Parts: sequence; C-alpha cells; structure tokens
Amino acid sequence: MSKNGDRFEPRIVGFLCNWCSYTGADLAGVSRMKSAPNLRIIRVMCSGRVDPSFILRAFQLGADGVLVAGCHPGDCHYQEGNFKALRRSLLLKRVLGGFGVDERRLRLEWISASEGEKFARVSTEFTEEIRALGPLKLETAMIPLAELEREEVPA
Amino acid sequence: MSKPTLALYWAASCGGCEIAVLDVEEKILDVAAFFDIVFWPCAMDFKYKDVEAMPDGSIDLCLFNGAIRTSENELLAHLLRKKAKVLVAFGSCAMEGCIPGLANLTTKQAIFEWAYKESPSTVNTNGAAPVPRYAAPEGELEIPEFYESVRTLSQVVPVDYFIPGCPPQAPQILAVMTAIMTGAQLPPPGAVLGAGEKSCCEECGRVRKEKRLKRFYRPWEIEAKADECLLDQGIICMGPATRSGCGALCVKANMPCRGCYGAAPNVADQGIKMISALSSVIDSQDAGEINRILDQIPDPVGTFYRFSVPASMLHRRQA
Repeated sequence: MSKNGDRFEPRIVGFLCNWCSYTGADLAGVSRMKSAPNLRIIRVMCSGRVDPSFILRAFQLGADGVLVAGCHPGDCHYQEGNFKALRRSLLLKRVLGGFGVDERRLRLEWISASEGEKFARVSTEFTEEIRALGPLKLETAMIPLAELEREEVPA
Repeated sequence: MSKPTLALYWAASCGGCEIAVLDVEEKILDVAAFFDIVFWPCAMDFKYKDVEAMPDGSIDLCLFNGAIRTSENELLAHLLRKKAKVLVAFGSCAMEGCIPGLANLTTKQAIFEWAYKESPSTVNTNGAAPVPRYAAPEGELEIPEFYESVRTLSQVVPVDYFIPGCPPQAPQILAVMTAIMTGAQLPPPGAVLGAGEKSCCEECGRVRKEKRLKRFYRPWEIEAKADECLLDQGIICMGPATRSGCGALCVKANMPCRGCYGAAPNVADQGIKMISALSSVIDSQDAGEINRILDQIPDPVGTFYRFSVPASMLHRRQA
C-alpha cells in the first residue's frame, strides 16, 4: 500500500489475449498514452484460456482486482474463446459474491488491437474502481503455512 | 508379537463415517482380529486420558473422521497426530470440510442466533446460549469453544493419507484395510487412498453427447432419462469435477453426483472446475441470456462446493 502518501495503490492482475487486447495495450504504450500503472499484465493466447482458478489464484496471492480482456465478440482468433470467457466470468462473479468477494473485483472487457485508447481508459477506470473498494483482505489464516511460504509474492 | 494398534475418532461429523466402517460387514471381524483397537469412542468406552497416557507414535493407524469445528476437535487432532504413526483423514469432513464446512459461508454469530433463538423449532424462553465457562453451584463447568471457521484436518495437523467420500464406500475401505493388513506398499504420504484417479464420469455408464445447455433443471423438475448423461439433460451433476471411486452410485440411482468424493485428481478447487465445465456447455453468446440461464442455478456456491468450502481456494466467506 501507500507509496503515494496514504493513497491505497491497488494491485491488479490483467490477463490479456495475445491477438487483440495485448496488442491494444502495446499500442497504448507506443502511443505514449497515460494510464494507471497498477495493472500487472499477463499475456495469454486467448481470454478463453483463463481458467477461473487463475483468477482465484491471483486473488489468493494478493491481487485486489483481476481484469480479463479479449477480442470483441465475433473477432476471437479461435472463433469463440471470448464467449467462453464471458460465460465463465458471469458464473464466477456469482460464486465470488457467495464467498463475500465483491464481484466488481473481476472485470471482463473487450479490447481490440486498435483500441489503445480503450485499454488506457479501462486500466485507469478499473484502478480507480478498485481503489474505491479498498484492499481485498482475504482470510489466509486457514491456508497451510507451507503453502503460503512457498508462494509469497513481493509487493 | 503384539498386534498393530488402531484408533478411530470422530470430530465434527454426522457419524456416517463410523457406520461406513461397519458396512464392511463380517470383514470387520478380520479388522478386529488383526488390530488391537485402542481408541474408538463411538463404539467403546475410552477416555481422553487413556490416549494421553499412550507413548507418542504408539498408535499404528488412526482413522480420523470429521472436520475441525471446536477446540475439542483441535485438541484431539493434535493429540492423535502425536500418538499415531499414520494419521488418515477419513471421509469428506476430515478431508475437505463437507457439510459442516458449509458453515463457513456464514458466521458463528449467525449460527448461534439461528440455533438458539430464531429457528421455528427452538423454544428458549430464558435466552440461554452456550458459553465456554459456566460457574455452577457444584463448580466451574467448561465446554469446548466453537470456532468461527470450520477447518479440514490437514489445515490443523500434517496428515499422511486421505480417504474421500461422504461416507467412504465400504468396498474402498475394505480395500485400504486389506492393503494395510497384508503389508502392501502404500503410496508416499499425502496420497489419496480408496478412490480412483479419474473423474466420476469414468464410472458412469450413461451415454454422453455434445453438451449444449439452454436450461438447467433441479432433479424434481424433470423426469430424467435413465441412460443419458444427466448433465446433457440439464441436471447439474458434479461428476466432471469429482474424483472417481464411489462407482457412480448416485447416478445409477438416477440422481446427479453431488461431489462427495472431492476434487478430481490434480484439481485445486472442485467448485472452480465445475464453473469451468459448465461455462463451456451453456449454449449462448449473449450476456443477458447467459444470466437468465444461470438464474436457474439457485445456489451456485452450495451446489459446486457442497462438500469442499473449507478446502476451497477461498476457504470461507470473507468478512
């Protein structure tokens, strides 16, 4: 937290698809667009590759929010991987809610390769939304100690 | 030569695992003849001080069923870990929390409110509620503390083996006991015994087709066809995410798998696996329609995590 005065700096993990969203993020970068630096990007081949357990793992290891971004409907490089991601995120949101985790901490967005501006806007918007929600304090007391030690992630 | 020693204990459980042990029928006599049963509170009169008096590591095999819900459960988990050479988490409660573990979706306070005040069958005119210590005229009485969360056995002490099931099925129990009694080489510690290495679907004889679902049914809403995959028919069956070993008992009785054998091998979180599986077969690409289809699953957490909330990646409802 708080590298910036007392302001909470959320840790956000972004799973971006190789064909559209990652390229869109790249475009935002080379175009020198301003966006919040809180997003840690992981490139995946398709938003449909993002197993829901990856998302929970991110939360478990200290992410305050998770962004999954893929091609617009109809544009998926693998035809319908992004629809899989859509169905998963809608079901996972319900389960997160059942576990008392605010479903807004998971966000799905369609960002094409030409939408650098949208990527910059989404990452800033999402960062502000998570900042307003505050840190996700998962109860980790029940995770066996050995597991936590092995997977300690620096801030 | 003295006989190997056996202990059986129940913590937060319903007692079904104890009955499951007896379901091996007359073979229980072989078990009793092979082992010297040194602790089995459900069946015989033992006191905790008897166990405390045993040398450390003197119990050859301890089958521990039940989750860790109270300070008494935790005390016995530590005690039996110390006294037992081989500690087995026996049954779904000890392995993943099971039905008692669903309490992790609420709070201790809410449970007490319901159990001692609000439930329609409760008559409690003077508002009595349990307290850990009570000064009675005869002296101070102490009862175990009720914890906020239910934990699995391996979240409290190191566990050597796991036998899944609610309850474990008798032929599987017998196979494990026979292996132990004949001195067969057991797998390395941490292994799951008395179960298969695939998903429940492998043991199911129903015909599977390409799944395309627009509607989910609860079992009473539809007359299920006897030979078709229940999930194909829109009934949520936990088979794809559940470990094999039971012989697909429920499915053979025309009821969907509820997932009591726990997560399939190499699956970190049973409910998450089911979310993944169901998301692949819902036949819609429209967010509104998908949500309408998902509305037909009234309790997703209770359905996907019926037996595994404490063992799941999130462990409990977050405050």
